[in-house]
Amino acid sequence: MTMSFTEFMQHLANGISLGSLYALIAIGYTMVYGILRLINFAHGDIFMLGAYLTYYAIVFTSIPWYIAFILAAVITGIIGFLLERIAYRPLRDAQRITVLISAIGASFFLQNFATVVFGGRPKAFPIPQLLNKIVNLGGVSINIVTFIIPAITIGLLIGLNYIINKTKTGMAMRALSKDYDTARLMGIDVNRIISITFFIGSFLAAVGGIMWGIKYPQLMPLMGSMPGVKCFIAAVIGGIGNINGTVISAVVVTAAMEILRFLDSSINLGFIKIPGIPGMRMVIFSIIFMLVVIIRKDRLLKEN
Amino acid sequence: MYRKLGVLMLVLVLVSTMLTGCGGSKETGGGDSDVIKIGVFEPMTGSSAAGGQMTVEGIELANEIKPEVLGKKVELIIVDNKSDKVEAANAVSSLIDKDNVVAIIGSYGSSLSMAAGDIVKEKKVPAVGCSPTNPLVTLNNDYYFRVCFIDPFQGTVMANYAVKELGAKTAAIIQDVTQGYSVGLSKYFMDAFKELTGNENAIVATASYNTGDQDFTAQLTNVSSANPDVIFAPGNYGESALLIKQARDQGINIPILGGDTWESPEFLSIGGDAVEGAVFSTHFTAEAPVTEVSEEFLAKYKEKYGKEANAFAALGYDAYMVILDAIERAGSADSVAIRDALSETKDFVGATGYITLDENGDAVKSAVIKKVENGEFVFLTVVEP
Repeated sequence: MTMSFTEFMQHLANGISLGSLYALIAIGYTMVYGILRLINFAHGDIFMLGAYLTYYAIVFTSIPWYIAFILAAVITGIIGFLLERIAYRPLRDAQRITVLISAIGASFFLQNFATVVFGGRPKAFPIPQLLNKIVNLGGVSINIVTFIIPAITIGLLIGLNYIINKTKTGMAMRALSKDYDTARLMGIDVNRIISITFFIGSFLAAVGGIMWGIKYPQLMPLMGSMPGVKCFIAAVIGGIGNINGTVISAVVVTAAMEILRFLDSSINLGFIKIPGIPGMRMVIFSIIFMLVVIIRKDRLLKEN
Repeated sequence: MYRKLGVLMLVLVLVSTMLTGCGGSKETGGGDSDVIKIGVFEPMTGSSAAGGQMTVEGIELANEIKPEVLGKKVELIIVDNKSDKVEAANAVSSLIDKDNVVAIIGSYGSSLSMAAGDIVKEKKVPAVGCSPTNPLVTLNNDYYFRVCFIDPFQGTVMANYAVKELGAKTAAIIQDVTQGYSVGLSKYFMDAFKELTGNENAIVATASYNTGDQDFTAQLTNVSSANPDVIFAPGNYGESALLIKQARDQGINIPILGGDTWESPEFLSIGGDAVEGAVFSTHFTAEAPVTEVSEEFLAKYKEKYGKEANAFAALGYDAYMVILDAIERAGSADSVAIRDALSETKDFVGATGYITLDENGDAVKSAVIKKVENGEFVFLTVVEP
């Protein structure tokens, strides 16, 4: 209403960048659900581990930051793979609810483990100078990380689409998500494909964690739970199991949440000043979200 | 079969919790042994973890220096309130019911202290807060005391600084609406600022956020469109550091002021270059030791932890010493007797200054103003009440 064009641009840019970050996390939810029909509750905590591992790699070793980034993402990928091996694979033939409980247990474990090992006090993410520059675009001052995040997401998404559509592993993933039992009977090595899925999902979550650290340089053991929930919502709205849908939904949903911020600030109509209602945007957002779920209920959980 | 097993497990878990619950409260008989237990509830994890941990360092140092009172050993029982109001209430209940402590120290964070207020009042166990500055912590509560100044004073100090030192004519507020500390301090700042400038409309914008928020771009855009001379944004060190960083990213270069919670190493490391020039009020400074106890405290702290002490450690130290002093004067480790002695505390020589507890149980003390310069907290001035 009284939101100026600059304010709008600021929120839009911020929303797209945060949305691209959430997209990286949401992909992990969607891929795992697509194949295992499992909501991987520990995924948000994998994101947190990715950020912390990067912190330790940069602060406690002398390796350059870009190598530290890659190394931390790969190690996080391996942790995701181990998580599946230890907490989910033994339950492959169990009821779905059992695996879900195991996922919640894994999430609690990772959060508390992180509190014990990394400490309850927040850590300051070491931002490389190169990525901490402010640019001024037509009166709007923005940190360049706002542009770097979407670029990285697009790059990784192109790579992921290639893997899924052009490689044998990708074909096996698609087959498993379409018809798990038939694909198994056709001789697909299910365990191998699931391990790869967890590796990729966790790798991407770690990249998300690193981007988060650059954007909000405060690391805490419970930092994964809130983004985890938001990304899961994005994955559901985008059609869980559908990777590109999830990415688009994450960006659109987050940008919408950011733009709704005008509800938080006071509106001045000249003769009367309406005070802003903090938190109102989340109420409005929840209503829109519920409506989308109700209207699209038949298509929401349809896998691609 | 699995289902039966599940039910069995559930029953086992329930029974065992009930048993431990009962077992705890039956230990009352052993309370009068040769150990005096003092409970500490501080945030060791969560959004206020740094503040709680620094405070506990001071308390532990005090316990090391003075481990005995009335010929009995003093045992500290430290519980983590996880920066959470519900956990804080639980922590205090368990300290009183399960551990039979005779007095309680805590907590960093006014809201966390207030969560324990009714419990200590009802159970008649005195509590001494180290740094909760909101007036409501001790108001109408004979069992809550504190060794720090309160926010009406702190807010006035910062409003004075903004108007007299910075020449500000207008100000904007960004407050954490989930923290009693932030809301209260903002209010007192606003009142004092309006009075000092003589302008009812001197506060040109107010914005709010919640503890745990990471993104403040919207609030900052909103506030800066009103063109204030200064921003007053008291809150947790983590959120505040991110807020200031995002303000500088957005090209908002006016002074940003805050309160005592900013004094933590995390504020500097998370904020980086962005927090340069940030100014806040606090309780104590190593640069200007006020009493002979301050010097002793500073030296011992450095010896034990290998770093310079800050206000929270000093207040933790003082809270412990004030309780021990009250036990000595009461000549007994009975909770109500300790409370009565505490309420008569007068001119106690602490590390943070001379402590006299007024009728509300608050200490009347001077404030210190600090500024961030070259990545360090630099002492600017002392303000007398």
